[in-house]
Amino acid sequence: MLKRKRFIFAILAILPTLAVFAYVRLYPIADTLRLSLFKWDILSKNKPFVGLANFRELMGDHLFLDALVNTTIIAFGVLFLTIPMALVIAALIFHRTRSQMSGFYETAVFIPHVVSLVPAAMAWKWIFDARLGPLNALLTFFGIPAQNWLFDPVLSVVCIIILCSWQALGYAVLIYLVGFKNLPVSLYEAAKLDGASGPQSFWHLSIPMLKPITLYVSVVTLVSGFNVYAQAFVLASDAQGAPGRQVRVLVLDMLENSFRNYRVGYAASEAVVLLVIVLVLTLIQFSMLRERGKA
Amino acid sequence: MTAELAMSQIEPTAEELAEGRRLRRRKRLTNLAIDVFLIAVSLLMLLPLVFLVANAFKTPAEMLSWPPTIIPRDPTIANFSAVLGETPLLRWIGNSIAFAVMSTVAIVATSAIAGYIFGKFRFGALNVLFALFLATAIVPFEVYMIPLYFEAKSLGILNSVWGLLLGYLVMSFGIFLIRQNVIHTIPDELLEAARIDGAGEFWIFLHIVLPLLRGALGALAVLAFFQAWTAFAWPMIVATTRTSYSIEVGLALFQTGFTVDLGRLSAASAVVLIPSILLFVVLRRNFVQGVASTGLKE
Repeated sequence: MLKRKRFIFAILAILPTLAVFAYVRLYPIADTLRLSLFKWDILSKNKPFVGLANFRELMGDHLFLDALVNTTIIAFGVLFLTIPMALVIAALIFHRTRSQMSGFYETAVFIPHVVSLVPAAMAWKWIFDARLGPLNALLTFFGIPAQNWLFDPVLSVVCIIILCSWQALGYAVLIYLVGFKNLPVSLYEAAKLDGASGPQSFWHLSIPMLKPITLYVSVVTLVSGFNVYAQAFVLASDAQGAPGRQVRVLVLDMLENSFRNYRVGYAASEAVVLLVIVLVLTLIQFSMLRERGKA
Repeated sequence: MTAELAMSQIEPTAEELAEGRRLRRRKRLTNLAIDVFLIAVSLLMLLPLVFLVANAFKTPAEMLSWPPTIIPRDPTIANFSAVLGETPLLRWIGNSIAFAVMSTVAIVATSAIAGYIFGKFRFGALNVLFALFLATAIVPFEVYMIPLYFEAKSLGILNSVWGLLLGYLVMSFGIFLIRQNVIHTIPDELLEAARIDGAGEFWIFLHIVLPLLRGALGALAVLAFFQAWTAFAWPMIVATTRTSYSIEVGLALFQTGFTVDLGRLSAASAVVLIPSILLFVVLRRNFVQGVASTGLKE
């Protein structure tokens, strides 16, 4: 009787949240999967089922492949720039935990992660600006020719990687700091007694022991890298008005197909590709963690 | 041998004292080097934002000067008045605040209830539901935002704060975070004792559970607020009229205008940046607690 009353309460309490969740999450996710198999142009009433035709078309779509390559380069570029730097910076901040400055270090490194994306991107747009930017002024000062940072197809990808890394660094440092605080102190003391130097115990103790954290931060960084959009939008649109669109990324291509070309089914199939990428990355993370657990 | 060792421990020789001093000095020097490096990194991280705020107060002529000045020689607020005259900047900020506050309330409420139920009520059906919530947590927003857009359209809430809100009503991670907290901080005995005293389930949730979750809910609230405040892709497709823009969208589209110069862009950015940095510094502890717990999923 009592148990039944509790069960009824639990169901009644969870129901509103569940209803909202089903409406704004479950249904849209399912609908993305469904739409990816249809051809739908918003305006017409009929939505013919086309099977995997959308995906086949994607494989030959230059704009999409371009976006996929760019996005992949950006995601891995951010990963390779962020993880080593975050690991070293977190180790050093952890080493200085007891100093009064550690709060300042943490805050300073973390602020770029929390500030609004667009204003922050604006700051970097000025830094990279070919005519007015301090970066080119600095380069010419050292006798290096000025670069057309935001208009060169290669350099503009580099710019986006730098901007994204600047934002991702703080999160990675924070998670690594949590990791360092959870490492057993006794191990480091033992290493010290055996004559290990600071860098040695960082290399031989910290890095292997923090591997699960590295795996987690890497996947989070990669997933958010594959969802890059605002950064590319702000950096690549020309200050004089005409959008440069030098750097196509997946989300941009998807939104253009859906809302400019009115090809919703096609855009949904791009979303499915994005979902598959994220799922594969997450599965890799889980299987690597499990392997570690066995060893 | 042991006697010798014992002796030397009691009475350190002059050489040993010198060695100790040398080691201590080396340690101090290492720490100093680390501090110098970390201060350099910190300043480099903050520099772009410092320049942005500085540029907002500069005249067009000073903007071009090399090396760039951090404290403007003759500060001007012309950029700010120009921006406020040209754009409904305050309206955009108002939209973003309304959106972020409502999203925070919705996420905190749904996470508190669902987290408590999933944490303390062990029924088979609930476990299945929880697995469902958790599984969708890895699906990025960008994957399902197009169907969500058509839902907003059929509800007739495009170009309004309600449309923005639709995308940010629940947060899978929030439910997970509160569930973990419920399991670790609220003992079953406490709830049983209240039940024996005749307290109703809803009363228990309101008067016993919620106060105990204050810390976790605070961290979640800060996280949810900043998530909505910095949202970009969703507001970009849902709010497409000038008066309904969120501040991020407003700024992003403003900078593509023909007549816009860097001074005004910087001013508009600074108006957004300064309050959010201040808010972050005030709420840092909550925020760090919330973000740090995202890493403890596994």
